[in-house]
Amino acid sequence: MKSVALSAENLCKTYGAGETAVHALDQVSFSMHAGEIVALLGPSGAGKSTLLTSLGLIQPPDSGRITIGGKTVFDDDYRVNVRDFRRNNIGFVFQKANLLPFLTARENIRIALEVNDASSKESKLVADELLEHFELGARRNFLPAQLSGGQQQRVAIARALANKPSLLLADEPTAALDSHMGRKVMELLKNVAHSHNTAVLVVTHDHRAIDVFDRIFIMEDGKLREK
Amino acid sequence: MINLAFKDIRHNLGRFLLTTAGISLLLIVVMGMGGIYRGLIQEATLIIDRAGADIWVVQKDTKGPFAEVSKLPRNLEYRIEAVAGVASAEPFVSHTVQRNKENRVLRLTIQGVADDGSWLPIIQGRALQAGHFEMLADKSARLPLGSTLKLGKDVYTVVGITGRMNSPSGDAMVFLSLNDAMAVQSDIPAETIRLERQARLQRFDTLPQGNTSVDHADILMSETHRPAALPGRQISAVLVKVLPGHSIEAVLEKLRSIPDVTAYTADEQREIMLSGFVARSRKQLLLFRTILIIVSTVVMTLILYTLTLDKLHDIAMLKLIGARNGVIINMILQQSLLIGILAFGMARFCGEWVYPFFPRRVVLVSFDLWVLFGIVVGISVLASCAGIIKAMRTNAGEILS
Repeated sequence: MKSVALSAENLCKTYGAGETAVHALDQVSFSMHAGEIVALLGPSGAGKSTLLTSLGLIQPPDSGRITIGGKTVFDDDYRVNVRDFRRNNIGFVFQKANLLPFLTARENIRIALEVNDASSKESKLVADELLEHFELGARRNFLPAQLSGGQQQRVAIARALANKPSLLLADEPTAALDSHMGRKVMELLKNVAHSHNTAVLVVTHDHRAIDVFDRIFIMEDGKLREK
Repeated sequence: MINLAFKDIRHNLGRFLLTTAGISLLLIVVMGMGGIYRGLIQEATLIIDRAGADIWVVQKDTKGPFAEVSKLPRNLEYRIEAVAGVASAEPFVSHTVQRNKENRVLRLTIQGVADDGSWLPIIQGRALQAGHFEMLADKSARLPLGSTLKLGKDVYTVVGITGRMNSPSGDAMVFLSLNDAMAVQSDIPAETIRLERQARLQRFDTLPQGNTSVDHADILMSETHRPAALPGRQISAVLVKVLPGHSIEAVLEKLRSIPDVTAYTADEQREIMLSGFVARSRKQLLLFRTILIIVSTVVMTLILYTLTLDKLHDIAMLKLIGARNGVIINMILQQSLLIGILAFGMARFCGEWVYPFFPRRVVLVSFDLWVLFGIVVGISVLASCAGIIKAMRTNAGEILS
């Protein structure tokens, strides 16, 4: 029996007030296990990104409870020190790779480790391992601008995994990639989930790679249901 | 830890260098202003220091030739030499002329020297040898060796070039023999002399010929009949050196008892110069420097703020991956300091090439440079504040925008 990596209970988030109020999250509850890859589908404006940013503690919900790795990080009475917690427990991958343009592929991974107090030697070692794992060893000293979109996205995934997070949140990671590369990245995320025992939640519109997911959730009008 | 500031600079090197060059241009001017002030003091006190006199004797109730017109009779030096304790008394002649030469305006301060002027910093040519019609000119006058210049009724030849001899007002100094300097100062047009001679003869014509009575003697001495005299040669001051073993104060006291002169020590004369002419320039330069430092701070603040705005996305990403505020503050602060310090170094280096072309002498003093360096570090920190505040207010969620 795998442990629960993420648990969300009754999450609510409302934008605006009165007649113009939009319920982006409406009593959303679900959980994910370690090593599981889950897709979050739904039309634009359904609340997918709001759920992702709430779980990633970027924009906390109005109410509810979030538990990550057995630790309650948000509820009505308690909020964890988000930056410290994120550093050790949550990885992010976005539609754009969002690599720091002035750092090489290797340095982009190293910085994620070094802000978490890793030594220079240790960070180089881990970054090189990750780059090899993602078949980017030969391009470790390339700046992001010198890498293709798929390569940049792989570096971004490697950076997200650098601190061995228990939860990886991916917001349309294949939107900027062609179908072949998109498929490759999705398979990579599945591999990450299974090999690193990380819970991976992927917001996507890309139905072509839907078979890689262990479970699929659909979001509509702020409500979540499992397909 | 990867140095983010350095990496970012390396990535945007052209922009960084252009920014630094811009700041350095401002600092060249700030540095130059300070140097001009120091140069002003040096030029102002140069002749007082070079003259080496213990006491300056000037026209009664005046502050001396550096503050106002001071006229003394030529023979005053002999009266002063007779005062007990005086080792030597030398006439001092200094006045400014403006001439046009080769389509340029030439402002010169003519200085009379009692000897050959070999004590001056002659960098080319020789000291004065002939008693007349030779001159030593400062390099800033741009009069080459062998060139000639008409002063008064005579033509003078440049026989030597001095280095860094400028008057308090910044004009190039030229050195003539004492008599030549007085001749130039007392130059009277030929027509004036001719008219005076004519007037004198006319007055004598009105006198009763052959009458030698006392009444006629009175008429001769009266204002209307006395031959009008053109002014004789005058000097600006007398420089007094006191004999060894004699007190300067005692000699000063004796000289002050002479009814038609005022005497100052060299220090008093220096103080008169600095508190009058230089003080106003100092205030003006200080104002310019303050304005320029404020402008530099505003420019640096805007540049660093813009640089930070360009990096907000990266800063949001850094926050998202858990970077502490210190990492982000360090990046902005280090860049700001690097721009400030490099701009200072660039200004210092380029200044060496630029300042010789300034119309006034620029004297850079270590103390002033260190103070300016401190100010640059201060404004670099200050300038980074706006960027840091903006960065601190940036939310990790902005990575999604």
